[in-house]
Amino acid sequence: MSGERGLRVDGLTVAYETARGPVEAVSDVSFEVAAGETYGLVGESGCGKTTLGRALGRHLPRGGAITGGRVSVDGTDVLALAPAELRRWRASSLAVVHQEAGSALDPTMRIGAQLAEVLRLQGRTRREARMQVPRLLDRVRLPDPEAIARRYPHQLSGGQQQRVVIAQALAARPRLLVLDEPTTGLDATVQHEILGLIWALRAELGAAVVFISHDLALVGRLCDRVGVLYAGRLIEEGPAGEVLATPRHPYTSALLASAPQLGRTRRTHPLAAIPGRPPAPGEAGTGCAFAPRCTYADDTCRAGLPPLDMVSGRRTVRCHHAANLIDLSHDGPAARAEPTAVDGGGRLLEIQGLTRHYGGTPVVDDVDLTINRGEVLGLVGESGSGKTTLARAVAGLGPQGSGVIRLDGRELAAGVGRRDARIRRAVQMVFQNPDASLNPSHTVRTVLARARRSLRGTLAPGELAARADLDAYLLDSRTDRLSGGQKQRVAIARAFAGDPELVVCDEPVSALDVSVQAGVLRLLADQQRRTRTSYLFISHDLAVVGYLADRIAVMYRGQIVEQGPADDVLAGPHHPYTASLVEASLAPLGKADAYAVGDVTAKDAVGCRFAARCPLRVDGLCENEDPPLITLANDHTVRCHLDATGLPEATALEGET
Amino acid sequence: MTTSVIAKGIVPRISRGVGGRSRVALAVGGTLILAWAVIALFWPHLAPYDPVHQDPLHRFAPPGPGHWLGTDQFGRDTLSRMLAGARPVLQVAPLATALGTLAGTVVGLVAGTFGGLVDEVVMRVLDAIVVFPTIIAAVLFVALSGRSVTAVVLVIAASFTTIVARSVRAATLVEREKAYVEAARLRGERSWSLMLREILPNVTTTVLVEATSRFGDAIFAAATLSFLGLGQPPGSPEWGASVSDNRTWLQIAPWTVLAPALAIASLVVATALVADALRSRWEAP
Repeated sequence: MSGERGLRVDGLTVAYETARGPVEAVSDVSFEVAAGETYGLVGESGCGKTTLGRALGRHLPRGGAITGGRVSVDGTDVLALAPAELRRWRASSLAVVHQEAGSALDPTMRIGAQLAEVLRLQGRTRREARMQVPRLLDRVRLPDPEAIARRYPHQLSGGQQQRVVIAQALAARPRLLVLDEPTTGLDATVQHEILGLIWALRAELGAAVVFISHDLALVGRLCDRVGVLYAGRLIEEGPAGEVLATPRHPYTSALLASAPQLGRTRRTHPLAAIPGRPPAPGEAGTGCAFAPRCTYADDTCRAGLPPLDMVSGRRTVRCHHAANLIDLSHDGPAARAEPTAVDGGGRLLEIQGLTRHYGGTPVVDDVDLTINRGEVLGLVGESGSGKTTLARAVAGLGPQGSGVIRLDGRELAAGVGRRDARIRRAVQMVFQNPDASLNPSHTVRTVLARARRSLRGTLAPGELAARADLDAYLLDSRTDRLSGGQKQRVAIARAFAGDPELVVCDEPVSALDVSVQAGVLRLLADQQRRTRTSYLFISHDLAVVGYLADRIAVMYRGQIVEQGPADDVLAGPHHPYTASLVEASLAPLGKADAYAVGDVTAKDAVGCRFAARCPLRVDGLCENEDPPLITLANDHTVRCHLDATGLPEATALEGET
Repeated sequence: MTTSVIAKGIVPRISRGVGGRSRVALAVGGTLILAWAVIALFWPHLAPYDPVHQDPLHRFAPPGPGHWLGTDQFGRDTLSRMLAGARPVLQVAPLATALGTLAGTVVGLVAGTFGGLVDEVVMRVLDAIVVFPTIIAAVLFVALSGRSVTAVVLVIAASFTTIVARSVRAATLVEREKAYVEAARLRGERSWSLMLREILPNVTTTVLVEATSRFGDAIFAAATLSFLGLGQPPGSPEWGASVSDNRTWLQIAPWTVLAPALAIASLVVATALVADALRSRWEAP
């Protein structure tokens, strides 16, 4: 045994102490990860992914304990180590990267000092450590390592912080690297880069890598093997490519079907959310834990726990019907293409020359934008591009500035307080953070009743809730008792309380799990189809925007660099920045270097804002002169110096074939 | 996302030890306060002697049978005076706390919700009150209006108003920025409706925490004013005044000072225990 390399987990069981006695959060989990291999652990929130990740290094939160099984890393039995040995083992063999890089770094220490500390724990002398720091920073592709080493964490961007944490992990030369949602909350392009980095470093590292995520597609691109975790148990396991292409467990296929993909829209591929939620630890009955949510479940499923069966040489599935459910193709009812029905109602919202400043910096800079009646306009851009400020300006919130917003040809006052009741009814908003968008002291009924009264709506709270697919029993729950997805449904129901003409959706699904997100997107699509309300829909996720939008506008550092019909914008020819976004969500990992993140803090007033990051830059022109607005086709405009033939195009989008 | 799940459900209430401690604190503090409240109401039936009755033959009698806590310089029974002293304190403290909390909540809510010029003016006025030492204000006020329970209550309530208003304003500012308030503004809710229906329910924890903390302060403040001779007329069995009157005789009759001092301490500690326990309950997610 002691000669084997990599991670080996055998029957690992973790329980938490609760008022009702101990409950199992992870039950009898076994898998192996060879050195140099990447293993993905996937599942919804609350399925035990994080607990499992923590148990591997034996750093469970208080109240949790490993009650059974074995964890061995390169032959070392981790669970048998005495406290002092465990500490030494962690220092020499374990590295963990968590979701929030910012909180993993000491805000009072310079980056260089923090890295040197890790090296010193390895037994390096002070001088050796200092010498190695720039080399480490260089390995995680941070520009100007010497300067970065002198900075404090808060002086770095989220992506840079995550790189530093990865550099720390590298410095430890671990035998086991646990990555717990390392890119959640980062922009698409940054996420792509970080994943590419991890992908590139894994061979060099030679460690067993465990990658935890709720995003199955992401795991599929990064990992050699995946294990799907549900209610604390592995329910499917196998080579990543095979599991994603031909899922054998209904849960795996449902997870895949709930994730939006580029090239699949609400008209051709309506998303299928998984009904219900995973059981909390201790809640699952005797049968298959997924049975209550499974469309294939029968009495066998409810009666007994299915065994983990080997279905082929390298794949295991925990399902009573694994042998029968061969065809779980996750394509869903394909290509039931409704007519792209923008019902010719003309322009609803016109924005001209809109400019908004925060502390002297233009966040929204001379933006022109049009939304037609009955149309969903998707606004995409990375954080800091000004898309939220633009959305809030439309709703009448946030700082004031110059520019004109017209609704139905009538100019709107900049502040919501000076808009009349008719306009307030017409323009409503769904906010990003579900926890803040509902009054936590009110019940769902109160929230909806207050909205109905002040918006003079006609539908009763019960009716509004029903239209948002909210169960009637939730009406009298306080909103702070609801899950994130339920809160967003209430927020949507509230926005529709008074027959709005335009609903501004500011990243309404970015805080939600993939499976919950699908349901909320579906609801937004259904409401839109029923009411013909126009949306200004904002997201940093191109796949989400592509799913919902009829037209797409791309925002970069305060400017709209491209807008046009969704298909044209995604397929190209399009702006080089749009190309980078499309590539980030489609291209294989390790190809991201073309669009390296430039210095986003630069505030150059002249020239194309994207010039520093653009691989198609025309030197001497792009950084000195403002690019012209060129019209490519009907209603498709791009702000670029290149002409239509020079602009990049997306290589065949999946789903169009 | 993951961390929030841990906080909400998967990790059980591991703080059982803390919870148990807070239960004990609540029980001990609550019992003490209740006991003093009963004494304040029924001391005429409980006190062995009339607290103002002078017995020149038994001056400075040490604690023992007959006088369980001894007598003072005029031969008055220390135990009876201690029991009788509970009433003025427990009249002043709840009233002052309630008044100060109420006024502070209104001022803080208005300043926080309306912001701008209203906030500016209100906060500068509060600043002006804060920089004026409470004791001097109290001396002035009592000198002008005469010694009375009302005067003491008003002085303490005024100084509490500034403290409570600041906390409530801070909490209001936090809530005001949240999306649910913006959603209400998008619907055209009026400011007073925003303030009372949307914001107030979400700052009640702050208000309650302030009220419980202030209650202990109020007991101490009442005792201090009484010690300085700003309480009720001389001779009344007030705790602060008793400590002040008898401190000259501390060396020959320490019980005359210790009894009222311990009474003050026990009540202040009891309210602190209860306040802490309640706070950890209210502020728990």
